[in-house]
Amino acid sequence: MTAAARHPAPAWPESWGEEAEPRVGFFTDTSVCIGCKACEVACKEWNGVPDESDGLSGNSYDNSLDLGANRWRHVAFVEQRVEVGGVGSSAPDSWVEEASRQQLVEQGLPIHDGADGFRWLMSSDVCKHCTEAGCLDACPTGSIFRTEHGTVVVQEDICNGCGYCVTACPFGVLDRRSDDGRVWKCTLCYDRLQDDMEPACAQACPTDSIQFGELEVLRRRAADRVEHLHERGVASARLYGADDDDGVGGFGAFFLLLDEPETYGLPPDPVVPTRHLPEAFAAAAAASAALLAGVAAAFIGRSAR
Amino acid sequence: MSDRGGGEQRMVPKGKPRSYYDQPVVKRPVWTWEIPCYFFVGGMAGASAPLAWAAGATGNERLAKRAWGVGLAGVAVSPVLLISDLGRPERFLNMLRVFKITSPMSVGTWILAANGTLIAPAALAAITRRAPRIFAAAAPLAALAGPGLSTYTAVLVANSAIPVWSEARRTLPFLFAAGSAASAGAAATLLTPAAAAGPARRLAIAGGIAELFAAETMERKLGEAGGPYESGTPGRLAKAAKAMTAAGAATMAIGRRRRGAVRIGAALLLAGAACERWAVYKAGFASAADPAYTVGPQRDRLER
Repeated sequence: MTAAARHPAPAWPESWGEEAEPRVGFFTDTSVCIGCKACEVACKEWNGVPDESDGLSGNSYDNSLDLGANRWRHVAFVEQRVEVGGVGSSAPDSWVEEASRQQLVEQGLPIHDGADGFRWLMSSDVCKHCTEAGCLDACPTGSIFRTEHGTVVVQEDICNGCGYCVTACPFGVLDRRSDDGRVWKCTLCYDRLQDDMEPACAQACPTDSIQFGELEVLRRRAADRVEHLHERGVASARLYGADDDDGVGGFGAFFLLLDEPETYGLPPDPVVPTRHLPEAFAAAAAASAALLAGVAAAFIGRSAR
Repeated sequence: MSDRGGGEQRMVPKGKPRSYYDQPVVKRPVWTWEIPCYFFVGGMAGASAPLAWAAGATGNERLAKRAWGVGLAGVAVSPVLLISDLGRPERFLNMLRVFKITSPMSVGTWILAANGTLIAPAALAAITRRAPRIFAAAAPLAALAGPGLSTYTAVLVANSAIPVWSEARRTLPFLFAAGSAASAGAAATLLTPAAAAGPARRLAIAGGIAELFAAETMERKLGEAGGPYESGTPGRLAKAAKAMTAAGAATMAIGRRRRGAVRIGAALLLAGAACERWAVYKAGFASAADPAYTVGPQRDRLER
C-alpha cells in the first residue's frame, strides 16, 4: 500500500481525545476450542439476538453456518483427514512410521487416535473490529462509529438499512435482518464494557479459547502462545490479524489458527475497500470529464441539426 | 494437506482455492431491483443536464426542453427508488446527518441532492420559458454537476469487498459514463423532432460505441475475476446488453434519415444501457457467492 492510500478518517484514539479508553479486543485461540458453542449461546442470550435455524446442514457439527445479523459468534467445524500411506495399493508396515515420514506431526496433525491422520479444527469467528473498518467508512448515516474502546458499533437508532456496510466488509460479518430492516453485528458487548464486564462470549468460554482484554496485552500473550505451540511441534500454528501492516491495519479481534484462514472461511489477505477509493474517485472524475467532452463533441460540426 | 502454502512442492496443479464447505466469504448485497434501476435512471438524468444546457446554448430550444425534461424526470424518480430500497425508508433523512468522503454513498447522496436542486429549477424554467434568472443561475451548474451523478454510482459499487466490482474500479466509471451518454442521447432522440435531434443522436451513437468498448475493456482487465460476466444470469445480461447496444448504435447510424429506424435504434440503446447496469448488479451477487473469487486472488497475492 502506498502512503497516499492510507486511511483518511480519524480513528481511535484521536477521535476521542481524553475520553479514549485503552483499545480492547478478543484473542481467539482456536488451538484450545472444543466446539461447545457456549459463546454462540451466551451472545444470543445477552444481546437478545433472534433465533435463525435452518435445521441440519450436513457440514460436520456446524448448523449455524456463518456470521450474520442474527449470529455474532459462529463456531466453525472443520474435519480434515489426511491420506496416510500415500498412493498405491500396499499399506505401510507402520502407520506411525508413515505419519512420521510425511511429517504429519510437524504440520500439526495429531497422529494418535489410531494414527488415521484425522483432526478437528474448531474456531469461534466474530467481528474483527478492524483498525480500518470498511463498514464504518462506508456507512452514509454515521450509524456505525468507533467507540472509546476502539471497537466498531452499529447504532440501531440511526441505521436506516441502506446495506452499504454489508458489501464493504471483507469478512462478510454484517447483514440486514429481513423483518427489522436494519443491520446488526457484534458490539463487543459495548453495554457490558461500560460496567467493566467482559463480553458474554469470553465469559462463557470454558477453555479460555476466547480471551478478552487490552489489545496490546492480548498480542503479547498470543505471540508467546504461538512460540510455545511451535516448540511443542505444532508447526502450523499462526496468528491471523495480529499485524498492523495488514490490509485492515490489524484486527481488534484476532485469532490463532492451525491452518490457512480460508480453511475456516476467512479471507487470507483482506483489504479494506477504502484504500482503493482514491483510485475509483479519480477514474470517476476522468470519466465525468470525458462525458462532458462527449456532449460538447456532439454539438460540433453540423450543429443544431 | 495441512499447509499448501508452506513451501513444500505442490503435488497437484493449482486448482480451486480451499474454502469452508464452499460457503461465501463475503456477503451478497441486500439491494433489490431499485438499485440497478437507479443506476440507469440517475445516470441518464446526469448526462441529460449537459446535453440540455448545450442545446439551449446553441439555440436548439426544441432539443433543450426535452433533454431538460428527461433530466427532471430522472431526478424526480431517483430518490423514490433509493428510499424504497432502504430497510427503514422512514429514516432516509439520516443520510443527510453527515458528509463522509470515505463513503461513496454519502458523497452520492449529496451529489443527487445537488443535482435535484439544480436540475429541477433549470428544467422547469426551460420548459415553462419563465424565470430566466433562475435558469441562468442553475442551468450551467446543473450541466457541470450532472456527470458526477452519472459516474459516482460506479465508485459506489467499486468500493466494496466484492471482487468483480472492486477490481473494476478503474474502468467501471467509464462504463457508467458511456451508458449514461447513450441513454440520455437516445431518450432525447425519441422525444425530439428529427430536425432538431442531431446532437442527441450523435451523443447516443458515440455513447453506445463507448459503452461497448468500456464493457469489453472492463471484462478483459478483470481476467479471472470477471468470470461472472461469462456465465449464468449476469453473463446472459451482459451479452444481451452488448447485442442491443451494438444493434441500436448501428441502426441509428445507418438509418439516420428514417424516423422509424432512428426510433428503434434509440429504444435498443436505452434497453442496452439498462441491461448493462443489471449485468453489473447481478455480477456482484455471483462474485460474492463463490469463495474462489474472494480467496483465489488473495492467496496469489500472499504467495507472490
